[in-house]
Amino acid sequence: MQLWLDILSWILLSGGGLFVLIGGIGIIRLPDLYTRMHAASLTDTMGTVMILLGIMLQAGLSLASVKLAAIAVFLLLTGPTATYALANAAMLAGRHPKDVEMPPDLPEDLRL
Amino acid sequence: MRLILTFVLLMLVWLLWSGFFKPLLISLGLLSCLFTLFLARRMGFFKREVFSLHLAYRLIPFWGWLALELIKSNLTVARIVLSPKMVISPTVVQLTAQSDDPVLQAILGNSITLTPGTVTLDDHEGELLVHCLTRQGADALLEGDMNRRVAALQRS
Repeated sequence: MQLWLDILSWILLSGGGLFVLIGGIGIIRLPDLYTRMHAASLTDTMGTVMILLGIMLQAGLSLASVKLAAIAVFLLLTGPTATYALANAAMLAGRHPKDVEMPPDLPEDLRL
Repeated sequence: MRLILTFVLLMLVWLLWSGFFKPLLISLGLLSCLFTLFLARRMGFFKREVFSLHLAYRLIPFWGWLALELIKSNLTVARIVLSPKMVISPTVVQLTAQSDDPVLQAILGNSITLTPGTVTLDDHEGELLVHCLTRQGADALLEGDMNRRVAALQRS
């Protein structure tokens, strides 16, 4: 039983690490701020959740696991809020997305 | 009334998570709970009904659905990032939120941002501006599955 838990936990931990790495590669490879934020959300979601689940399996049924679950929930709530703040600030500052396609009926004041 | 209830809840959470009962730590907890209440009051948290248990109850199945969507779009974006050619077609689309409740619009905007491949740029009175990594992602978003599910969280 313990062995299987360990195996599962290691799969989750290395999977999470892999997603953090892919997110990092994406941030380097993608062309501009807005597309790079998509790669950053890989790290935000799959990366952190898988790593926290992996640690929770190591901690077992304890208060530590409850705290780890709370950390996961807080990160999933605050992560997109921070991303929105960044995206909205970039948009209001007038940064233009690269090679972007926009719907023809978009109001003039919303055009980037 | 809700002020006192919130304070008791905050204090309980502090005690549970610190697990220490020394006078210094408890007074620090007391101070931070009072400060949190002050900030929440300044933000108008107690003036409007922002959060209800009804919503919390319906959020759980929604989170389950969102988790599946997250896994799917994570794999899609990971494949794009790792492919040698990296075929992307960045698209900005406008999405009208089906719900006029600001809390639900915030949930919709954050769910869109949380899903890799789509980022909410702006929410102006229910008109969301969304940046998508690919054309297909934008089309999937405009189909409105997520929009419908968020609007269904509305308390009746």
